[in-house]
Amino acid sequence: MFTELLLNAIVSGIVLGGFYAAVSVGLAISFGMLDIGNLAHPAFVILGAFCVYVLNQRWGIDPLIGAILITPFFFVLGAGLYGIYHYSFERRGEEGLRGLAFFFGILFITEVALILGFGVDYRFVQASYIDATLHIGFVDLAWRTLVPCIAAFAMIGALQLFMSRTYIGRAILAVSQDSLALRLMSINPSRVKLIAFSLSLATAAIAGALLIIIQPVEPSIGRDYIGRVFAIVVLGGMGSFPGMLCAAILLGVAESLTATFYGPSWAPAVSFGILLLTLALRPAGILGRA
Amino acid sequence: MKNSAFCLLTAAAVIVIFAVAMLTLANDYFFFAGYVVLQYIVLATAWNVLGGYTGYINFGTAGFFAIGAYSSVVLHKLWGPPIPLLIVVGGVLSGLVGLGMGVLTLRLRGVFFAIGTLALAIVVQTFVTNWDFVGGSRGVYIIRPATAPLLGNYIHYLFLVMLALAGFAIALARCVEHSTLGFGLAAVRDDEQAAEAAGVPTLKLKLISTTLSGALMGMAGAPLPYYVTYLDPTSGFNLAYAVNSIAMPLIGGMTSWVGPLLGAIFLGTIQQAATVTISSSLNLLLVGVLLVLFVVVAPNGLIGLWRPRRRAREGS
Repeated sequence: MFTELLLNAIVSGIVLGGFYAAVSVGLAISFGMLDIGNLAHPAFVILGAFCVYVLNQRWGIDPLIGAILITPFFFVLGAGLYGIYHYSFERRGEEGLRGLAFFFGILFITEVALILGFGVDYRFVQASYIDATLHIGFVDLAWRTLVPCIAAFAMIGALQLFMSRTYIGRAILAVSQDSLALRLMSINPSRVKLIAFSLSLATAAIAGALLIIIQPVEPSIGRDYIGRVFAIVVLGGMGSFPGMLCAAILLGVAESLTATFYGPSWAPAVSFGILLLTLALRPAGILGRA
Repeated sequence: MKNSAFCLLTAAAVIVIFAVAMLTLANDYFFFAGYVVLQYIVLATAWNVLGGYTGYINFGTAGFFAIGAYSSVVLHKLWGPPIPLLIVVGGVLSGLVGLGMGVLTLRLRGVFFAIGTLALAIVVQTFVTNWDFVGGSRGVYIIRPATAPLLGNYIHYLFLVMLALAGFAIALARCVEHSTLGFGLAAVRDDEQAAEAAGVPTLKLKLISTTLSGALMGMAGAPLPYYVTYLDPTSGFNLAYAVNSIAMPLIGGMTSWVGPLLGAIFLGTIQQAATVTISSSLNLLLVGVLLVLFVVVAPNGLIGLWRPRRRAREGS
């Protein structure tokens, strides 16, 4: 009985971790690579979830297809947001304090706007795979967690390829390493950052769709994810995708074990506790360079 | 003005404001609303002692505030001491947590520190949520005594307590600002490494600052259970406290004690008015929009809007 419970908890933790990686990958780009502390990232994930919900409710569009439909809009939204951020903070060298307060405000506006628009009820989507369960031996896996996990791995794999193989992807990596050197190569760093930041918001749209497949969504659950995503990105060594994936799975398993053996009400303390410990003891992360 | 003179003046202002309020306000609602605005003056001033003076951003206001509130709940259940004592205990407890937060500044700067404080608040919240003695996630009812000491009417009493606390917070902030401590903190804000190199004991100063800031937040939270009479973790640890305590100094101006005061009065009053006339979720939207607007358009806050003009006049 105990081993069965343990095994189930670990497997569902790994699957959950895959999904966490999808939520964090955008922050790994914006915060890990570009040094933009986008606190509002989880709020945009929730926004994405609600967009997918509307598409699903109105026209019965599958959440995964809905996700692909809304990513261009999130890309544009990201471009606009970075434009404001760059114009008002980065250019003046005030990105620290005021930039953070800016994103904190955006987080709040997004959340309250969603509450005003949809209320505080939990919303969910319909799809064929949502109510089915996969049985392997005595491990039970719900398709509603497995599908997002697979989609997450696909997305992160694609992003990794994009970053290492394409010209723009390499330029983004270059910005994260030395933006002055990039300037000397006559590439405008803020243009590259604009594309990268927009990309990070586009991943938020997809992560939102995955989130609403996994569980019903209400506007304020984004707050729980602030700790998770920052813990994962910091633990994963700021902007390294493989490191982030390891960290996400580690956190997923830790949370799943806590929820199974101590009760779900302790789960938030796990991610934030891990985050505090990481920040205090090993700020460079598990696979960090420093 | 000397700091001692300023403290006396604040005390006089507290007495005058209370007397005027008692004489002119017939409706108790104004005391309820005034209490909230005063509470925000304390929170915003407390936040500014760390955020404005040293540049370290604290997203965990709600955590400190709730530590104060929940320490009162515990004491109330054990024995029920008078509110001023609760404020002292709440202040000491959250001051200690503030000291712990100060130790974090050893390793963390900028965004990392800010995220760390948020994490701190949520960890504390999870513990309170799982602590049955203080009601856990179900919340706890506090039955306040039928009559208050000194004044009889309980809300008048709470109003007076919070008014005195606001006066105390402002006097403290101003004393810090106009002392070697304040100059040292400003040096940390401008360039921590240079300050360290110049012989400023940065760690000691930061620890004093985080402790003072945390203690003030806890003191603001201590009377809360008696004000709301029902407290649960979601309302005690509400993110709105964090947003407000950041928005108010930013909107007012962060370099002096005037900023948080102005910002808290401005934003607090608007919110109270909006809650009554429009809706309570809309007033939170208002805070967010004003915060973003001010950060983008008027980075030095209300004071900043006024200062360049004054300078221009003096120059001509």
